[in-house]
Amino acid sequence: MKDGTPVGRRVVLGMLGLGALGVAFGSKAATTEANLLRPLQSGGGVLSQLIPGGSSWRYYSIVSSNPTPTVSDYQLKISGLAHKPMTFTYAQLAAMPQTTLVRDFQCVTGWRVPSVPWTGVLLRDLLDQVGVDSSATALHLTSLDGAYTESLTLEQAHRSDILVALTMYGKTVPVAHGGPVRLLVAPMYGYKSLKWLGGIDLVTHVEPGFWEQNGYDVDAWVGRSNGRTDAPIA
Amino acid sequence: MPRSRDLVRFTRAERWVHTATAALMGICIVTALILYVGPIAVAVGRRATVEQIHVIAGLALPVPLILGYLSRSVREDVRRLSRFIPGDSAWLRSRNRRTAGLPVDKFNAGQKLNASFTTGAILVMWLTGIVMRFANSFSVTWRTGATFVHDWLFYAILVVVIGHIYMASKDREARRGMRHGVVDEDWARREHPAWAETAPQA
Repeated sequence: MKDGTPVGRRVVLGMLGLGALGVAFGSKAATTEANLLRPLQSGGGVLSQLIPGGSSWRYYSIVSSNPTPTVSDYQLKISGLAHKPMTFTYAQLAAMPQTTLVRDFQCVTGWRVPSVPWTGVLLRDLLDQVGVDSSATALHLTSLDGAYTESLTLEQAHRSDILVALTMYGKTVPVAHGGPVRLLVAPMYGYKSLKWLGGIDLVTHVEPGFWEQNGYDVDAWVGRSNGRTDAPIA
Repeated sequence: MPRSRDLVRFTRAERWVHTATAALMGICIVTALILYVGPIAVAVGRRATVEQIHVIAGLALPVPLILGYLSRSVREDVRRLSRFIPGDSAWLRSRNRRTAGLPVDKFNAGQKLNASFTTGAILVMWLTGIVMRFANSFSVTWRTGATFVHDWLFYAILVVVIGHIYMASKDREARRGMRHGVVDEDWARREHPAWAETAPQA
């Protein structure tokens, strides 16, 4: 067996060394990269998604196949401790006064999409329509297929940055993004912004939703929960 | 005109290590694409299941090579692959490697580099993958850093794997060597002349 220069060992050790440097400084590098790429990423096409560390949308789903409602068959059911429990169609929601919010969208796993423009009905406006009974202190929200659940306190629900969102980037919320109607809880991590919003139940106490039952914080304020220090959403 | 003889290139052990590693790598890559490429993610869904498969395949990735170490022929090939002998650097620099007359042994310099890069890559993906999988045991900085390395190294691996498969697609006898363990002596004299001198006949 001929001897020779141990190039293999050097390559492997070199890669381990680079890997260690990458782990140590990757967080800084990712932030720099996101800042550099920000002007190039608006709306997030597939290509910008494929740049690691970049700030573009990812599709997460807990089910094999997500609901695929259309604008015409969509219905949002408000139930529970309301004076007038009712069902809203997309058209009815669109006819109500609309609010625009432009906010960063932050996922708890780390990716953040900058300055996403949303329009929709303020959740508190919707609650005013149905009238909230004094015994209600919380909301239990469900997706159209019942698989995904979330919660908000009544106090949180009255914030001016929580929407029942009808459009994003100027168009009806795409189905892949949870459309045509999704919840947008702007100041909290993305898992609170329940997609394919199907029902809002007014209840007497907070019932932890899907991800909370899997260990994530109920009050998912960006930068102040889940052990994270991301920049809060203003 | 009699066919030239066959030489034994790879024993069952080497072929098993290669097949098992390739299969696990393939599963990792496919699941990674499902998890990361938007349109595919939307079409497939089942995120929790896909992630689970990815993690299991990833954890298992170094196992075939580690088990392979029980085999002497695997250990010998690893030794060959990890050392550069005189002629290897020249091989990398030469434009026409086939007729350069260099004493290419069982593995040429390109194959050696592929093997060490892949070994290093599997190690780094494994370690960063552990950080990502057991994220709660690590600080956010480490988690983000590990994800950053894991994501970018994936691209490098993709390029190398595609290149590896491309090279294999161009060489039927090389593929035969990996599938059946034997290669034609004439092929060996052309591609690996120094090895052909002493390789065992089938």
